[in-house]
Amino acid sequence: MIDRAVVNGLRQIVGDAHVRMAPAERATYSKDGLTTHERLPGVVVLPDTRDEVIAVIRLLASHGVPFVPRGAGTGLSGGALAGDDAVLLVLTRLNRILKIDPANRRAIVEPGVVNVKLSAAAAPHGLLYAPDPSSQTSCTIGGNVAENAGGPHCLKYGATVNHVLALEVVLADGQVVQLGSPAGEAWGPDLVGVFVGSEGNFGVATRITVRLLPVPRAVRTLLADFGSLRTAGEAVSAVIASGIVPAALEMMDQSCISAVEDSVYAAGYPRDAAAVLLVELDGRDDSAVQAEAASVDTILRQHEARSVRTASDARERERLWQGRKKAFGAMGRVSRDLVVQDAVVPRSSLPDVLEKIGEIAGRYRLTVSNVFHAGDGNLHPNISFDGRVPGLRERVEAASGEIMAACIAVGGTITGEHGIGLDKLRYMPLIFDADSLAAMRGVRRVFDPGERVNPGKVVPLHACREWTQAPSLRAAEGAA
Amino acid sequence: VKIAERVRALLGRDAVLEDTGAPDGVPRVAPASPDAVALLLGTARTEGWRVRVEGAGTWMPADAPADLALTTRRLDRIPAVQPQDLTATAEAGIGCDLLRQELADHGVWLALDPPGLAGRTLGSVVATATAGPLRHGFGGVRDHLLGVTFVTGDGRLIQSGGRVMKNVAGYDLTRLQAGGFGAFGVIVLVHLRLRALPRKDETLILEGSREDLSRVSDEIAAAGLTLAALELFSPPLARRDRWVLAVRLAGSAPLVAQEEAGLRAASGGAFAALRAEEAHAFWMRAAEAFATRPVTLRVGGLPDSTDELLDLVQHQLGDEWVSASPGTGMIRWTGDATVDRLRRLRRALAILEVPLTLERAPWLLRRAVGHFGAYREGVGPLVAGLRQTFDPTSALAVAVESDEHGG
Repeated sequence: MIDRAVVNGLRQIVGDAHVRMAPAERATYSKDGLTTHERLPGVVVLPDTRDEVIAVIRLLASHGVPFVPRGAGTGLSGGALAGDDAVLLVLTRLNRILKIDPANRRAIVEPGVVNVKLSAAAAPHGLLYAPDPSSQTSCTIGGNVAENAGGPHCLKYGATVNHVLALEVVLADGQVVQLGSPAGEAWGPDLVGVFVGSEGNFGVATRITVRLLPVPRAVRTLLADFGSLRTAGEAVSAVIASGIVPAALEMMDQSCISAVEDSVYAAGYPRDAAAVLLVELDGRDDSAVQAEAASVDTILRQHEARSVRTASDARERERLWQGRKKAFGAMGRVSRDLVVQDAVVPRSSLPDVLEKIGEIAGRYRLTVSNVFHAGDGNLHPNISFDGRVPGLRERVEAASGEIMAACIAVGGTITGEHGIGLDKLRYMPLIFDADSLAAMRGVRRVFDPGERVNPGKVVPLHACREWTQAPSLRAAEGAA
Repeated sequence: VKIAERVRALLGRDAVLEDTGAPDGVPRVAPASPDAVALLLGTARTEGWRVRVEGAGTWMPADAPADLALTTRRLDRIPAVQPQDLTATAEAGIGCDLLRQELADHGVWLALDPPGLAGRTLGSVVATATAGPLRHGFGGVRDHLLGVTFVTGDGRLIQSGGRVMKNVAGYDLTRLQAGGFGAFGVIVLVHLRLRALPRKDETLILEGSREDLSRVSDEIAAAGLTLAALELFSPPLARRDRWVLAVRLAGSAPLVAQEEAGLRAASGGAFAALRAEEAHAFWMRAAEAFATRPVTLRVGGLPDSTDELLDLVQHQLGDEWVSASPGTGMIRWTGDATVDRLRRLRRALAILEVPLTLERAPWLLRRAVGHFGAYREGVGPLVAGLRQTFDPTSALAVAVESDEHGG
């Protein structure tokens, strides 16, 4: 539990109303988007300004209290959960767009700005913020920075790290540092690149300078319908190898299509398809985009697409995208619990890996729905289940482990955009050796020597070289 | 002699290059594998040797005081090219020219055109994050990296990232290495993100006064064209009588045709297209020019401050071998410069919140000025901490910071 003096100090900084102590209030923050993990924070504090954030962090530093930064809580790795010995620092009230600079295509925002609201604010200038995770109507830019969030359109435009130019960061000891520069040149080593995706372990970003892009003038969205996952996967490789770079290239399998079509997000996907591909092309010139769309159409048909449909207008395009972006929500109807997985494989391995996932699902007698960023090879196998059924959680865990192992076996990795958090800790030693994990821990300790910010996430300490070689360290932690 | 014998015993007789000893007489060692690099640096730590890292020797002068020079030139393999995945894995000592040719044979392209000679090593480009004009359309060096393997100053072999298109597993140490100037280890292996070889690759140029060309580039920016490169060259750099604005278009034939039409519409049709061989020579000469004079530096400003920064750079350094990328705000200058002038320019730029990165210079100058010099608020201790983490005994001879700031 958190010391009373700390709680009083927090109240003095942010006011009584913004320090949440009641169990029911804290329970609101006990999960993120991956509901299989749960932790009840000791205290929840919601500062309103950067100065309040600094004051809170300095107070916690003076008492040696661990804390966990959190945005909207839409993360999918159990990354923004705090235990009862830690303070949950919720940043959603820091939601101001501080500046939009159309001439240089830059914006400066606070961390609690909701992703889609930045694009809305930039739209009158003909600009947008490109990273568009499926949760963009509720997730925050600060959370996106912590997780290096992706989204369908990062196939062409890159993930969050490609769009963040400078950061004001409050370190664990309350010191404020300025990373990067508005132009994007690093100003020393690329610490912005190191900070983005560090899952809150390196401090709290209080001001974020991002790059904006021109809104494409021409857009074509195609929906292709395939009789097998393999042919759909092969079509993905063929499109990528053609040299055309779609803005997005997404795949949904039959199970996912059914979930969407049975929900309020029904998009008109063909129910009898084994898989559909959603392909978007964009650019400045309509005739050039149309020519590329025609080329993609031909490639898809050459790879056994049963039909290819082009959205006739913006409304139909939005409907097609709504089905994709709300697919996770639609799966909520299928079962009581859902594990949203995240892994990346080389694109040419997609057909084999999808078949392997199907085989694993069959063997464990589980329903696995695939909805994912096929153009990047970024898989999201989602396992629907009822956690109340005895033994089922264990089967889901075992199947998840086998899916991860299958992705690693073809040269893939264990997460492309959801992060490690708590959920993927156990897989880290499968892709990094003890020296590499120890090096990561070393970097973390440069930013946060006491390892108080979001403790216990990202790097599994037991797998680090220094741990495996230091019995005294193990004994000390065991005692703690 | 003692060190050379010790290294021969460690890595084999041919690891010490007999016929190409370093100018300052220190043994030049060429490990043939990442493990050999790790073994060498682990030994350097225990022996207390200071190590200078070299590539092909065409970019950074091989003059940092050291007990031995470690060259990556035998790490010159390309273990994998996967055209269907648009990825490749290459060792750090491969020359960019050889890599480019190998990739082209597979129909793929690394969209980087770094300054320097054609044989400059991939490791050098990554360590210094020296992107060329293609940065406009395809991003900086870091945007082409999927992962790196590197050896720390005390001999630990570290993997970062991977070889897939997206990866957020663990902290991103790849980006720490890109532009770290070797301060955090020796890059030995690089996983690259590629593009399909453009079906069409066009270069168009326009000559004129700097003011006129700046206005044209503003109009091009307003038209929202998709350009691979938009670069402004000073007359000596372009080897022309006047300034040159060069545009590169790369992609499918219809896309290039559309963008060329858009370019002509936005600029009043004044651009002249270069033949393929002329275009190749134009870009290559400009890139090579940055390796021929004693000092090269880059300045990263905002796009709308390019003119002001060009004035400042030219005023402070009094030379005109300069290029600018109006779309990204990046300026690269090369020439001869004193410590005082560089410090003065860096201070003037810092007031404008613009960083100056010293890309190459003789050791005494880079020791005095530092690749990075003064940092923004709070960054110095972080960089020092990272140096301590990755090179705890300061075995690697790298001039990260300026003398005047206690580096």
